Amino acid sequence: MSNPASTTHTPGVLPTGTEVLIEAVGLRKTFGDFVAVDGIDVQVHRGEAFGFLGPNGAGKSSTMRMIGCVSPVSGGSLRILGMDPALDGARIRARLGVVPQQDSLDGELTVRDNLYVYGRYFGIPRAECRRMATELLEFANLTDRADSLVDPLSGGMKRRLTIARALINSPEILLLDEPTTGLDPQARHVLWDRLFRLKRSGVTLVLTTHYMDEAEQLCDRLVVMDKGRIAAEGSPRSLIEQWSTREVLELRFDEDDLSPHARRVEGIGERVEVLPDRLLLYVDDGEAAGRAVHERGVRPLSSLVRRSTLEDVFLRLTGRSLVD
Amino acid sequence: MSLAAVVVERNVVTYRRQWIAFLTGFLEPVFYLFSLGLGLGALIGDITLPGGQVVSYPQYVAPAMLAMAAMNGAVFDATYNMFFKLKHAHTFDAMLATPIGPRDIALGEMAWSLVRSGIYVTGFLLISLAMGLVRSWWALLAVPAATLIGFVFSGLGMAATSWVRNYVDFDYIQMALVPLTLLSATFFPIEAYPAQVRWLVELSPLYHGVVIERGLMLGDVGPGLLVHAAVLVVVGSIALWVARRRLAHLLLK
Repeated sequence: MSNPASTTHTPGVLPTGTEVLIEAVGLRKTFGDFVAVDGIDVQVHRGEAFGFLGPNGAGKSSTMRMIGCVSPVSGGSLRILGMDPALDGARIRARLGVVPQQDSLDGELTVRDNLYVYGRYFGIPRAECRRMATELLEFANLTDRADSLVDPLSGGMKRRLTIARALINSPEILLLDEPTTGLDPQARHVLWDRLFRLKRSGVTLVLTTHYMDEAEQLCDRLVVMDKGRIAAEGSPRSLIEQWSTREVLELRFDEDDLSPHARRVEGIGERVEVLPDRLLLYVDDGEAAGRAVHERGVRPLSSLVRRSTLEDVFLRLTGRSLVD
Repeated sequence: MSLAAVVVERNVVTYRRQWIAFLTGFLEPVFYLFSLGLGLGALIGDITLPGGQVVSYPQYVAPAMLAMAAMNGAVFDATYNMFFKLKHAHTFDAMLATPIGPRDIALGEMAWSLVRSGIYVTGFLLISLAMGLVRSWWALLAVPAATLIGFVFSGLGMAATSWVRNYVDFDYIQMALVPLTLLSATFFPIEAYPAQVRWLVELSPLYHGVVIERGLMLGDVGPGLLVHAAVLVVVGSIALWVARRRLAHLLLK
């Protein structure tokens, strides 16, 4: 398997010689007057982990539902695995795995039967469904809960089962809508580990998230979405390089209005962001900037130097935070 | 059709664990048969059919209760269970992420409710037979004919459920079922109605089902039964078409 990450580090330049599995051109989704997705261009290549990063309501889930062939396209064009969802929805879905945001496990069935019956939905023979169910229970680390009903499972277990279920047809593309929302940190790491394994085995991952750490951890390439549009595209690293500085100096204050402080530190870095409880100074050298702040007589409650993240990219692009 | 069969299979796997819930719908017409058919029937005496045949009241009521068993079997799955899967459990959302489409779901759920309906009807027919309430070999066709009743009510139930917003709305469906059960020439002949309101009774699909079953179980068979059967086929087909459209509308946004 080729390593897509190594071919995609230049933002805006598409890797060549990689098979395009999903291609959207000017893709739109409207509900009445409301425009959920406002003309986006996206290409996803075989073997890569591709992310849609954006806050709630950015149009990520609508995009995912269109790619999942359960939501008709309102405008533009969409090709998945070389086919048109409007004509070949069932044939496309046969080769997709879908992990929806909303839990859709079958509460009337056991853990094992959830996998078995879902396999049958694809028309997979019974014996094969049974074999796959056993294998996937192992993958999801749920073998000892095989005969339990779904309801008593923890959130992390349910999500693992949902991912296992989505793999029953050995999909070429796995669609994950907010895969770790609502999970505790430990459960998230277990899940990320499983997704890494899948990616290594050649499955193309397409995921949405509003967690910048998830996007940085999992995605080779991502688009930043806001209000139905794509604000930027690239690898996490290249996006940070392009849209932010190397380091960020965070200054905390115990005051209501931070704008006087913001004016006093102006010019120290490339730019200053004013948040409700702190200032963010975008700089190349955080330590030096800290000294400069001190020289100007500004005395924050605390200060902290960190590397730039996708959160900073998003703030720069939209003027808002990802998680509000 | 193959993926509709998988939708049926899912329900079979589910009900392996819930067979008691499965039986409840069967009991209602049995209770009616005993209370009204046998109990009240002792006070009523014999009934003369339009064809001149004289039958006992339990014999008169049993075919109607069989039709009701067919209706109940279909309605349970097409309404409450359908709503649960549609709005709460997201069962259909999960199915639609696979090659299964709205048409497979509508056909599969309908086929399943026909299976359930068929099991109720067969059970009821055997009880009627044991009680000496079956008077004709035509009764062998009672179960296949009941499939038409199941077909209509499954389709109507699914279509109606697609407009249901919450469980309170099911009161309307219940409100429609009670008069249907009591007034569709089930417990007394349609001739008992004034001529001006008979058309109202004829609007009831259950009425047409009752006429067919009564004819078959009591051996009063004529070409007129085919007209009643045709009514059920037409109404059921329209209902199924509406149900499929509504499902696609609700699920594929």
